[in-house]
Amino acid sequence: MKLLTLNFLTCAIKSCKSTPASFPLHPRDAELEIVEADLNILFLKNILPRLMWDELRVIGSELGLPELPSTPPTREDLVEPSTTAIAAPTSDGTRDAGEEEEEEIPTQTAKDLHRVLLETCIKEGKLVCGNCGHEYKVLEGVANFLLPGHLV
Amino acid sequence: MSRPEDTLPPDLFYNDTESRKYTTSSRIQKIQSSMTHRALSLLSLRSPSLILDVGCGSGLSGEILSQTADEGTPGGPHIWIGFDISSSMLGVALEKEVEGDLFLADAGQGVPFRPGTFDAAISISAIQWLCNAESSEESPAGRLSRFFGGLYASLRRGGRAVCQFYPKNDEQKKMVSQAAVKAGFGAGLLEDDMGTKNAKVYLVLTVGGGDLDGDITGVVRGMDGVDVMDARRKAARKRGEEQKGSKQWILRKKDQMEKKGRVVKASSKYTGRKRRVQF
Repeated sequence: MKLLTLNFLTCAIKSCKSTPASFPLHPRDAELEIVEADLNILFLKNILPRLMWDELRVIGSELGLPELPSTPPTREDLVEPSTTAIAAPTSDGTRDAGEEEEEEIPTQTAKDLHRVLLETCIKEGKLVCGNCGHEYKVLEGVANFLLPGHLV
Repeated sequence: MSRPEDTLPPDLFYNDTESRKYTTSSRIQKIQSSMTHRALSLLSLRSPSLILDVGCGSGLSGEILSQTADEGTPGGPHIWIGFDISSSMLGVALEKEVEGDLFLADAGQGVPFRPGTFDAAISISAIQWLCNAESSEESPAGRLSRFFGGLYASLRRGGRAVCQFYPKNDEQKKMVSQAAVKAGFGAGLLEDDMGTKNAKVYLVLTVGGGDLDGDITGVVRGMDGVDVMDARRKAARKRGEEQKGSKQWILRKKDQMEKKGRVVKASSKYTGRKRRVQF
C-alpha cells in the first residue's frame, strides 16, 4: 500500500468517525518495499493541495524514513522554472517552439515527493487506529478492512 | 440464467475457480472494458486524478484507469485505489501486478477515507451485491445508505461517481437510486440498449455543483435523443396563491377526484360561486 493511500485512510469503525485521532492510521511492524512507477507531474500537482503534510511527516518518522521538510512544497516547487516563459513570443515561429517545450521538467523536490508518496509501499504489517486501537492487518500490500458485524 | 447474487454472498461466490473464470473469460473482459470506457467518458476527467474503484475485483477496470491518454483513457494515467470483498479476486489482481492499491473491504460497511479524498469513483457490476443482506443484523437499505453516505463524504466537491450495476428489477433500481439521493448525491440513471437483453444501467452521481436545468448530473447535456425525466417535486406553491375553498381549489380537487376514477359532477359557471347575501 502506497504512503499516498495511507495519507487518506481513516479508521472504518463508526464511533471513530467523529474523532480526529482516527486519522492517520499508524503503521506498526511495517515491512517496506519500493515499487518503481512513472513520475506523473500533473497528478502530483493535482494531489498536492489535498495532502495532510503534518500527518505525512508523522507517518514518515514512524516508518523511519528520512525526515521530510517542515513545510509542504508548493506547485511551483515541482517544475523547473522554464526559460521559455521569459522570452515572449514575437512571431509564429518562436511560439511554436515554445509550445513544443511545454513538457514540464520535474525538480528534485517532485522526484522526492514521488518517491515517498507513490513508490514507497507497505508490504506487510499492521495499521493501528489512534483512537480505538483497532488493528488492520496488511498482507502482501492488501489491507484487511473487513469489520465484524458489531463494529459497523 | 440465474443471478449469482441470489445464490451466494460475493465473498463466497467469487472463490478461486470462479475468480479465475471471471478474469480469463475474454467475453467478460470485453464487456467490462467497454463498460469501463463508457463510465470514464461519463466521468469526463481532464487531468490525472485519484479514483476509487468500488468492487475492483481482479482489476479489470483498474488496468484501464492506469492507461495513458494515448491508450484511450481520457485524462490518464490515473492513480486508483480499489476495494473488493472477495479475497480470491484480489489474489488474481495481485498476480497480475495491477498498479492500484487494493483493500479487502465490504462496501456495505462504508468507505474508510477522509472527506474530499477522491476526484471520482467508478464501480463496474458491483453495487447490485449491496441489495442482499447475509445476516439478520444488517439490511439492504442500511448497507446501501452506509455505502453511499461514505462515498459522498469521500468525494471532493464537484466530483462524480459512475456505478454500472445489474438491477434485478425496477424496484431494486429505485432502491439504489433513492439511497444515493438520500445520501446527498445528484443522481441520474442512464440506460444503454434499454429493453434489450444486454441493457446496461449506469447510475451517475454528482457532488455539489449548481445551475443544471433539469439535468442534475450534467452528463447528457448536448447529447441527442435523450429524454430527461425529472420526477423531483417542483418548488412548493407560494402561500396564499390558492385559498382553500376558492373556485380554483374546488376545480383542482374535482380534477383530482376525476383522475382517481370517482364520479364527479360536471363543472359549470355556477361551480364554486358564492351565494348572494340573503338580507
